[in-house]
Amino acid sequence: MTTSGQAAIRARRRARFTEVVREIASHPSALIGAGLLLLIVVLALLAPVLMPMDRLDVTKITAHGNESPSGGHWLGTDPSGRDVLGLLLWGSRASLLVGFSATAIAMVIGTVFGMAAGHFTGLTRAVVLRIIDFFLVVPSLVLAIVLSTVLSRGLSTIVIAIGVTSWAQTARVVRAQTLTIETRPYIERSRALGAGDRHIIGKHVLPAVMPLVMANTTLTVGSAIILESTLAFLGLGDPTTFSWGSMLKTALDTGAATAGYWWFVLAPGVAIVIVVLCFTLVGRALEAVLNPTLRSR
Amino acid sequence: MTVIETVPADSEDTRGSSLPRYLALKAGGALISLALVVVLGFFMFRIIPGDPAINMTRGRQVSPGEVERLRQEMGLDQPLLVQFWRFVRDLFTGDLGTSYVYRRPVTELIGDYIGPTLLLTGTAAIISVVLGLWLGQKAAWRRGSWFDKIHTGVALVFWSVPTFWLGLLLLLVFGGGLGWFPTGGMSTAASTDTGIAHVLDVAHHLVLPVVTMVAVIYAQYLMVMRASVLEEMSADYLTTARAKGLREDLVRTRHAVPNALLPTVTLIFLTLGLLIAGTVTVETVFSWPGLGYLTYKGLSAPDFPLVQGTFVVFSAAVIVMNFIADLLYRVLDPRLKSS
Repeated sequence: MTTSGQAAIRARRRARFTEVVREIASHPSALIGAGLLLLIVVLALLAPVLMPMDRLDVTKITAHGNESPSGGHWLGTDPSGRDVLGLLLWGSRASLLVGFSATAIAMVIGTVFGMAAGHFTGLTRAVVLRIIDFFLVVPSLVLAIVLSTVLSRGLSTIVIAIGVTSWAQTARVVRAQTLTIETRPYIERSRALGAGDRHIIGKHVLPAVMPLVMANTTLTVGSAIILESTLAFLGLGDPTTFSWGSMLKTALDTGAATAGYWWFVLAPGVAIVIVVLCFTLVGRALEAVLNPTLRSR
Repeated sequence: MTVIETVPADSEDTRGSSLPRYLALKAGGALISLALVVVLGFFMFRIIPGDPAINMTRGRQVSPGEVERLRQEMGLDQPLLVQFWRFVRDLFTGDLGTSYVYRRPVTELIGDYIGPTLLLTGTAAIISVVLGLWLGQKAAWRRGSWFDKIHTGVALVFWSVPTFWLGLLLLLVFGGGLGWFPTGGMSTAASTDTGIAHVLDVAHHLVLPVVTMVAVIYAQYLMVMRASVLEEMSADYLTTARAKGLREDLVRTRHAVPNALLPTVTLIFLTLGLLIAGTVTVETVFSWPGLGYLTYKGLSAPDFPLVQGTFVVFSAAVIVMNFIADLLYRVLDPRLKSS
């Protein structure tokens, strides 16, 4: 392709990008969600500055266990006297890290399988579709539980367990989009000019499905964070890191709910809901803007 | 986990194919999925972590002799394929191995614990279906109203709430705080109630777990029913119905709703599977003696044969539900039948 052609493509993509940004900006709930998420990510990164680790060291703290919120401890203390706000800050790091990394794995698997199921025909398609169907049907929580039970405990295990079980929806969306794209004349032209599978998938299909994958990423991060907290709650998390799920597990194990220590039950859950809701709002707005089938409605 | 857009998986384009062909395709697909569950159920517990005999005894004091005896008992001295063959053979005779913690056959344990799970999921499913569908069609009919905005908003929030946390909150407010409901179990310990008194006691214990499950699941029905009714709203036959002079209420309940129900029926069966999986967290929070609680006990031990057994049972249940959903979809939609 000539350089002027490439420049034209780049200009078109830039124009489309600004258009998309403007459309997203017209969804106020998405803007609020994105703003809050940015704030939360910054707070998570600043956790070591805002709440040095030794202030959460059980051997060094002076506070009593299960203290209700006060000026010294805004969100009270946990059963071993650690500051709940501090735990919340540090917990956000694990939740976000797992959410993002697991989603990255899920997106790669989902995009590859989705494009393969849409592009190829015959036996390859049948096998890939069967695998997608299987992962769509089998409850991801149950499969993730099994994976994290048999693998050694740790953050990477949780990431793998969630990543491997959360890609099927994405694969379905990507496949549908691939099928649509492949009926377009420019793919036929490309094929007539002698392009192989690799060229068509890499140069034509992949760029066309990427916007949808982006929208799906945002939605998947939300459910990955819920899944992470659920696994940690069931005691399958990394025992050496704080996460919102493991805080709630401590709450269950120490009977905080029945004893009325509301701050310790409320805080981690509200944090999860806010983060997941933000991702959902942004994801739905992205989807509404980027998904051609939803746009026409 | 919870996904609002759960629609039947369209693996092949089965529109227009004859009923026997459709049946064969769907049954074949379900059978392959079941086979995959069995294969995964076996190999995940054998290959990934190394020696199952060591894993089974993880965290306990055992002599090398005991481990060796266990290896022989489990047939680990045999080649992997022989082991797999034995696993499949045992499975077909209803043998899922012996639980390590309970020292009883896993099949027997599952039999003991499945009743409470069916009671819990059954009650929760019926309530959330009725509530979700009713709110969904009402919200769609008054699209853009406050009723619509509030109910879709609430549904969206519930979608972002982890099931187990909602359970903990209810426990905090109504169990510990107000003391209206028991905080766990299925009946009052040491109670000798029989007959109606016992039923009431169980119902009392059932309230909080059911409310938790309903809150998480009804939102999906609401969203799908709403979308489904919205799709029908511009249909010509509604104009005809209005032109006949039917009251607005009758247009909705006699004409729009029956047609809109179609896609939701299959969804109900699809989510019944998810509901079963959701019991793991709800039953853990409320120590409800069902399969989910059994799984939790199994994975905190860890009791591998037990987790393996519940994995196979949960997954098989979901696959069967899914198959029923596919069948119902075909049977209920006359447009698909005639083509």
